[in-house]
Amino acid sequence: MESTRRKLLKAGWGLGLLAAFGAALVKPGRALAAWNKGAFEAKTMADGMKALGVANAVESSEIVIHAPQIAENGAVVPIDVTSNIPGTSSISVFIEKNPFPYTGTFDFAQGAIAFVHLRAKLGETTPVRAVVVAGGKYYTTAKEVKVTIGGCGG
Amino acid sequence: MADPMKIRATLQGDVADVRVLMAHPMETGQRKQGDKVVPLHFIQNVTAQLNGATVFSADISQSISRNPVFAFKVKGAKAGDKVVITWQDNTGDKRTDETTVRAAGS
Repeated sequence: MESTRRKLLKAGWGLGLLAAFGAALVKPGRALAAWNKGAFEAKTMADGMKALGVANAVESSEIVIHAPQIAENGAVVPIDVTSNIPGTSSISVFIEKNPFPYTGTFDFAQGAIAFVHLRAKLGETTPVRAVVVAGGKYYTTAKEVKVTIGGCGG
Repeated sequence: MADPMKIRATLQGDVADVRVLMAHPMETGQRKQGDKVVPLHFIQNVTAQLNGATVFSADISQSISRNPVFAFKVKGAKAGDKVVITWQDNTGDKRTDETTVRAAGS
């Protein structure tokens, strides 16, 4: 009897350890680990794109940026980006003249449509550029937004 | 702990239109209060799941406006589907909220 109890206890320990180890492995978010510090801290759009690995981006009229022509308040500028390119997996947004132009990347999976609405801060009148990844290729377009009151500092 | 998100998921045909409002200061690290710089404090990562499958995820910077709003669309959704959204900021603070997809007009 004694030995069976020992064995059970040992088996229990093993399982517990496995469970703890497994949880530790699963816990860190995949996407979070990928937060691209280099790209986000780049001070020019070209550097940001380089850090993101964007190369040979083709100008495309299939990407539609919907943003106001004139934004009265640069602190909250609504921006809609739609990609009509088949197989779009992500949309990245750059605000060219912001201190850190790279604003974010939006990934789509499992039926999500290649569309995103966001609200961003614009420091001054600037082109807003979208970069789309579709089938491993890069496509891009830009739209100028005039800002009458900047959104940075105060 | 941050305030809860407001999430609305409305069905239009078989497409769920999801809108989310997060309560967050999104400090840029450039603003000054008196002569002290307010430190960077912003959401870095957002993920959204529909019935447990990740459909939308975002890595974002401090350029996103205070109290961020995002909208996205998911095809093939049904009324009653569960939408779970999580954000995490640069201080490690995080928040998860959920809602269910509702038919338009209900």
